[in-house]
Amino acid sequence: MSVDLQQDFFALFGLPRRFRVDEAALEMAYHDLQGQVHPDRFAHLSDVEKRLSMQWATRVNEGFRTLRKPLPRAQYLLELAGVDVGLHTNTAMSSAFLMEQMEWREAVEEARAAGEGHELTQLHHRLRHHAREVFDELERTIDERHDFAAAAEIVRRLMFMEKIQHEIDDALEALET
Amino acid sequence: MALLQIAEPGQSAEPHKHRLAVGIDLGTTNSLVATVRNGIAVCLADEAGRSMLPSIVRYHADGRVEVGHTAAAAHATDPKNTIMSVKRFMGRGLKDVSHVESTPYDFIDAGGMVRLRTVQGVKTPVEISAEILKVLAARAEASLGGPLTGAVITVPAYFDDAQRQATKDAAKLAGLNVLRLLNEPTAAAVAYGLDNASEGVYAIYDLGGGTFDLSILKLSRGIFEVLATNGDAALGGDDFDHRLFCWVLDKAAIEPPTSDDSRRLLMKAREAKELLTASEEAPIRAKLSSGEEVNLVVTREEFAAMTQHLIAKTMTPMRKVLRDAGLDPEDIKGVVMVGGATRMPHVQRAVAEFFGQEPLTNLDPDKVVALGAAIQANVLAGNRKDDDEWLLLDVIPLSLGLETMGGLTEKVVPRNSTLPIARAQEFTTFKDGQTAMAFHVVQGERELVKDCRSLARFELRGIPPMVAGAARIRVAFQVDADGLLSVSAREMSSGVEASVLVKPSYGLTDDEIAGMLKEGVEHVGDDMHARALREQQVEAERVIEATTHALEQDGALLNADERSAIEAAIAALKRLVTGDDPRAVKKGIEALARATDEFAARRMDNSIRSALAGHKVDEIQV
Repeated sequence: MSVDLQQDFFALFGLPRRFRVDEAALEMAYHDLQGQVHPDRFAHLSDVEKRLSMQWATRVNEGFRTLRKPLPRAQYLLELAGVDVGLHTNTAMSSAFLMEQMEWREAVEEARAAGEGHELTQLHHRLRHHAREVFDELERTIDERHDFAAAAEIVRRLMFMEKIQHEIDDALEALET
Repeated sequence: MALLQIAEPGQSAEPHKHRLAVGIDLGTTNSLVATVRNGIAVCLADEAGRSMLPSIVRYHADGRVEVGHTAAAAHATDPKNTIMSVKRFMGRGLKDVSHVESTPYDFIDAGGMVRLRTVQGVKTPVEISAEILKVLAARAEASLGGPLTGAVITVPAYFDDAQRQATKDAAKLAGLNVLRLLNEPTAAAVAYGLDNASEGVYAIYDLGGGTFDLSILKLSRGIFEVLATNGDAALGGDDFDHRLFCWVLDKAAIEPPTSDDSRRLLMKAREAKELLTASEEAPIRAKLSSGEEVNLVVTREEFAAMTQHLIAKTMTPMRKVLRDAGLDPEDIKGVVMVGGATRMPHVQRAVAEFFGQEPLTNLDPDKVVALGAAIQANVLAGNRKDDDEWLLLDVIPLSLGLETMGGLTEKVVPRNSTLPIARAQEFTTFKDGQTAMAFHVVQGERELVKDCRSLARFELRGIPPMVAGAARIRVAFQVDADGLLSVSAREMSSGVEASVLVKPSYGLTDDEIAGMLKEGVEHVGDDMHARALREQQVEAERVIEATTHALEQDGALLNADERSAIEAAIAALKRLVTGDDPRAVKKGIEALARATDEFAARRMDNSIRSALAGHKVDEIQV
């Protein structure tokens, strides 16, 4: 097995390169790797080893951060497959989706303006539920149909949804402070 | 004199030599030092048997510096030179310090970190904190009977980069080798979790003298993983004292109090607060400088009511931290209380209500942080036993970013990222032929730069002249395991590594630290050269020991030539250590580092491979 800083994150964690991951296996591999490379293991050693340890631990953290959550994991898979998510160049979204987005936005805006914390929390949960369904669709598209072009479209949709989720959370936070 | 080394049968003294390491809780009100002795973490006490050292430093006109209980006694008679709660000023400007008006100090506000004028001249909070650390280090060395290999110093989890850097600088000034800066709630979790063999998700509620932290940790299979942290670096027991003090002024219709009266009443307020932990009411009696007498009684209910807003201030971070961790209060298996201020009954009640369970108070909230730090220091110093297979994974508490057009913040490293972390961002020039670019590094969650903490400004020079927009300047942030940031920048299209001049906003420059070190050494009449030599010798011995150990363990990764090159470098360094030229020793250390570069990389690969191999075996068994 080749071990170097350049290998992809799936190989780094000893996992198959696919969208659906065994979260327990990922976490276990992450902990095992950090157990070997974390700077706390090298605090009493030479500066060379400290530096290497920091590079590796940084890489392992980056890998875990990328693979743990479904959206960055999907973006990373597309990147590995050489598919541009094309958020800047290719933003043609279906009008049905855009319409849906506007409705979400308006609902958030209304609740925010009215200071409706409860309503915002409801929106938060509904959007999360909806995102779960879209992620299921994404899993089938990548792991079963291997259709990365279609996956890129779904990822774009999810990125929009995440943005709205952040707006809801920010509005909730603003209400609390 | 020959030293006898006694080794137990079947146990060699080398290379498992026990290195003396301590954990230090550098607190707002009190500080402690602890170590692991015979496998058990203990706080070290002074000659009088007291483990808590009041974090109070008094500067005398004759050059003496007094720290702790005796300094505390002078607080009333020599307030300007008797500095309390200096932690509140670490990495802070004057405008950041709350209740400045009720402190007696002679502040100097010249921008950057606040400074204090004393009878021994102008002092920075870093120097004042270093005095506390020196006393604790001396106590530890006397108690353990030898020089310290290193120390873990705890900081509030919510400390920003400037406050962390100031703490590390203070340790450096005190002559300590900092093994790690450790977050206080994480330290408490280590002490608690290892003691109780806990598994699950825990909340650590840490209300100290001047800081509040809330961390959510997941404990599993020996991993202490911080999921999220939040807090308030300017909220603590001091604020409760101050509130009660204001109540007294109001009740007794004193206005304005003289500074003597202020101090006396503040002390009485603190005493009353402590009494209310065990009693339903507490008297507040004092004789003012006017001869007038204050004679009041405060009940627990009254105190709870007047400080309710302070407790409410801890609830917002609690909600935020749970949301960041993606958890609900019901998901928390236990709540560990840390910090003397958590003794207040109404604090415990509020926490119990929020989480729907009684908090865990079966450990001493004053000592648990120092004990956890000692356990971590012991492992970091290399005293790990084979069954010490636990690991801490901590996070950065506040996002790091850069200022962009229009005074907006561009986040580069998001809060709650697991450390260490590196992130890069690309920028371009906006004018033709532009050869320099200015950057402003900030920390915080707000959109506007002016609402975030300014950490540093730096300028990139030597960019090759190009048309506007052609240069690609990559600014890389690296945050290490101490939560400290370093920044580098490079122009990508030409590959020119431009020079970076960093000017910390609230910190001290390397030159200032070097100057203070020199001053300190001259002051004690020590020889700068001797000290530098000693430092290099200690470092050389450490590196030789580490390399020798690595050769024993993984020598098989080298061929004969490679091995002899490393052995030659070790031998060369051993010769240099016996000489008296610190710079030569330093060069020898660097030469050994170069010689072991490749070896270190192979060792790292090897351990990663074995981690993955171990993992594979687990999978097969499942």
